[in-house]
Amino acid sequence: MGRKLLLEKAHVEGIRTYEVYRREGGYRSVEKALKSMSPDAIVEEVKKSGLRGRGGAGFPTGMKWSFLAKPEGVPRYLVCNADESEPGTFKDRYLMEFIPHLLIEGMIVSSFALGSNRSYIYIRGEYAWITDILEQAIEEAKANGWLGKNILGSGYDLELYVQRGAGAYICGEETALIESLEGKRGNPRIKPPFPAIKGLWDCPTVVNNVETIAAVVPIVNDGGEEYAKIGAGKSTGTKLISACGNINKPGVYEIDMTISVEEFIYSDEYCGGIANGKRLKACIPGGSSVPILPANLLLKTAKGETRYMNYESLSDGGFATGSMMGSGGFIVLDEDQCVVKNTYTLARFYRHESCGQCSPCREGTGWMEKILLNIEQGRGKMSDIDLLWDIQRKIEGNTICPLGDAAAWPVAAAIRHFRDEFEWHVNNPDECTKRNYGLAHYADPIYVPA
Amino acid sequence: MSEQLLKVTIDNITVEVPAGTTILQAARKIGGDVAPPAMCYYSKLQGSGGKCRTCLVEVSKGSEKDPRPMPKLVASCRTTIMDGMEVKNITSDRVLDARKGVVEFLLINHPLDCPVCDQAGECHLQDLSYEHGAAGTRYEFQRRTFKKHDLGDYIQLHMTRCILCYRCVFTADQLTKTREHGVLDRGDHAEIATFIEKNLQNDFIGNVIDVCPVGALTDKTFRFKNRVWFTKPVDAHRDCDTCCGEVQLWMRGHEVFRVTARKDEWGEVKESTKGGTGWICNTCRFEKKQVSDWEIEGPTKVNRHSVISQGHYVGLQKPEETMPKVMDGRSPKLLMDIHSVSEVNKPNIELSKLDRPAHSTDFNQ
Amino acid sequence: MTMIRFNDKQEAEFQRLVSRYPEGKQKSALLPVLHLAQDSFGGWLSSEVMDYVADRLSIKPIEVYEVATFYTMYNLKPIGKYLFEVCQTGPCMLRGSDDIIAYIGEKLGIKPGQTTEDGMFTLKTVECLGACGYAPMMQLGKFYREHLTKEKVDQIIEECRRNAAANN
Repeated sequence: MGRKLLLEKAHVEGIRTYEVYRREGGYRSVEKALKSMSPDAIVEEVKKSGLRGRGGAGFPTGMKWSFLAKPEGVPRYLVCNADESEPGTFKDRYLMEFIPHLLIEGMIVSSFALGSNRSYIYIRGEYAWITDILEQAIEEAKANGWLGKNILGSGYDLELYVQRGAGAYICGEETALIESLEGKRGNPRIKPPFPAIKGLWDCPTVVNNVETIAAVVPIVNDGGEEYAKIGAGKSTGTKLISACGNINKPGVYEIDMTISVEEFIYSDEYCGGIANGKRLKACIPGGSSVPILPANLLLKTAKGETRYMNYESLSDGGFATGSMMGSGGFIVLDEDQCVVKNTYTLARFYRHESCGQCSPCREGTGWMEKILLNIEQGRGKMSDIDLLWDIQRKIEGNTICPLGDAAAWPVAAAIRHFRDEFEWHVNNPDECTKRNYGLAHYADPIYVPA
Repeated sequence: MSEQLLKVTIDNITVEVPAGTTILQAARKIGGDVAPPAMCYYSKLQGSGGKCRTCLVEVSKGSEKDPRPMPKLVASCRTTIMDGMEVKNITSDRVLDARKGVVEFLLINHPLDCPVCDQAGECHLQDLSYEHGAAGTRYEFQRRTFKKHDLGDYIQLHMTRCILCYRCVFTADQLTKTREHGVLDRGDHAEIATFIEKNLQNDFIGNVIDVCPVGALTDKTFRFKNRVWFTKPVDAHRDCDTCCGEVQLWMRGHEVFRVTARKDEWGEVKESTKGGTGWICNTCRFEKKQVSDWEIEGPTKVNRHSVISQGHYVGLQKPEETMPKVMDGRSPKLLMDIHSVSEVNKPNIELSKLDRPAHSTDFNQ
Repeated sequence: MTMIRFNDKQEAEFQRLVSRYPEGKQKSALLPVLHLAQDSFGGWLSSEVMDYVADRLSIKPIEVYEVATFYTMYNLKPIGKYLFEVCQTGPCMLRGSDDIIAYIGEKLGIKPGQTTEDGMFTLKTVECLGACGYAPMMQLGKFYREHLTKEKVDQIIEECRRNAAANN
């Protein structure tokens, strides 16, 4: 059983309330930070911990924090990104719903470290009931002196607010989130300047994912070095994985990043195997935008080594034979699923969520969706597959924000690994509307050159 | 601010520019094909640029201090120069490929109704497609359409032609206090509209026509009246209480067909001789269509962004660098040497020295 | 036409929302205020309601229209009393959301995007709502209804009809 840092107490009865949370040791990190640590010392601990942003990009949090500009007389802001919308990802929701005070506690310590006196949690609009849970938790924290003026007599003031979005995946991108928080359309900004220099209301701003902020609590409590001891290589600490798709036990799991992908899928402690006794066909291991892998490349790397649930191992082989940890949205496809259809729904998603600001994404996502639908419904041509490849290639890297890449990668990976399934759709226009391609060779052992 | 000049090399041509200059501005200083095309950037509109992605360039060396190349192509209109930066525009295959992609994206939903579009002949999308696009289309689906919106008696909106450059939104924001139109909806259905049918009436709103790079916003008082290449641009002015009153009249014979602001070689509204940008008011633009309304200065020196510029070489600067140097040692691809077959286009005639449009008699030397 | 105005309780909430931002940054309250307005004035945003919000936040009406049309949660047309927003993205599709959407449509006699003639139900397909592990699912009002089956859909429709009858 792996070590748990975030969800250990998530199922203690009543943990959602302040009393129980405090009784279980909650808010210790705030006491420690405000009474005995300087803001810089906390940043230092976070650096030592090796914590990487849990929103998807995996950028070292301590480094991000140290980039924050500190001009005299200008307020700084911490904004928590709770706009969880990457298909396959529902881990932040779980954390906020069951143990909301952990996020509040993390926000207080992190705000103190960054010198923010007014911090925001930007939550996706659809999580309406979680907004209430968080606002309730903030009220309780405030009533008990953890928020407001002169917290614990330290002279540090902090107000914390929850802002609800209104339905836009793009607001998970940090500059779009800031725009949205300013009451505007969620159009990502052109960078530079980065938020660390010019963010919310043109002031220096740090935007961090919910899980990242929550992880600051154990880092401050136990020290960065202790945290760094958990996990493997540059994948330190624990990671929340939200597992879904055709598995027996969908849900949110906290792993310590040393377990193998095979164990994660088949062990009863985690996913509990493929549902209905089916076989594994493919998996998108880190949220819909990361490359999909066929079963054989998922469980083993191209070198024939065991693949593990951590940043390095999941990306082993680059995009040619690997994928990414991403946001930890683990989507499993069984042998009955159609990769073309799955890719189509994702393309539809990205077209729907494109802000429309820059041309490659605005036009390219819709074009890919239309071609994929044609192929899926048996109206495609062989040349459409190459055209799709070319379109995604011309979107990737050429857009204002990473949504372009996020839309391109799933299409690229599906064609890269499942091209014969696409071709089968083209060659069997009638049959493909009645049945799916099946498992084919996707779970066969791969040839590893000696 | 110190007046320190920074060195930047674009397509092997080095120039010195003040700090804060963008790659695009530096490239425009060099001019010619080295200047990346820009569909959304507009130097006179704050905050514009970064959206169309046609001006993407490759930064092969970040700066003298940090020579690492930038991993992704960058929007040259929004990336500032660092000292010692090296940029590849037309010498980068990556850039040309990406740009070709962007042109294709901009065109897949464009109606290509140039034959009935008033912008034809001075359309930046036409220029862009001609210079950077592919000959055919690979798009086989129905093109996007929008519900029609009426913006009043002066401005005609053709949303299907729009490339969402946001220039008209910035114009309304920065020239008027009462912006009434904006970008509504999102993604591939984002559109320029007013939400509630509304006439755009601000005194300066007509300038959205001049900033529009395509035929999405055109002059209703000129609609279907003539093709721009049949009209002759003439510089003129009048005393106006509202604006600088410095305009270009587009005439045929003695008839004034259209009034626009004066534009520079990049298609942007010029500085006024009285200082500031030469935006013009609706009265000058839409209501003054008599020659007697104006004091005529003379024929406009037209820029390259117009079919009217055929035969005009005025002000053209020849680069000192030879083509092979600019193109990384490669020679330009020539289908044939025009000089060996042409009677008129002799290399010894310096057309750029002429202070007027070239004429056939100029070749009889 | 009735005057559009927040009642006392709504006004208090409006003031609370605006107070969360530094002075002069009241535009930041736009998204939450639009939620409040939508809940207060019949479940959708008419242009009159949006103009009222613009006025209250001292911003231009077009700034409100731009935002209201960008985000999917704002309804720009009247909707049924109960809005079924069924997720159709990849992870839900893998667990059979297509069948659920078809079943609801069949049961209510409407297609996605339509409202039943009695104005009771609107069916809408939406993209990922962040409940992938509990698929198929839909949003109904403030809450999610997860692990949907045909039987569960029947129950939910019944429940809505019962509630509507009880409230009339």
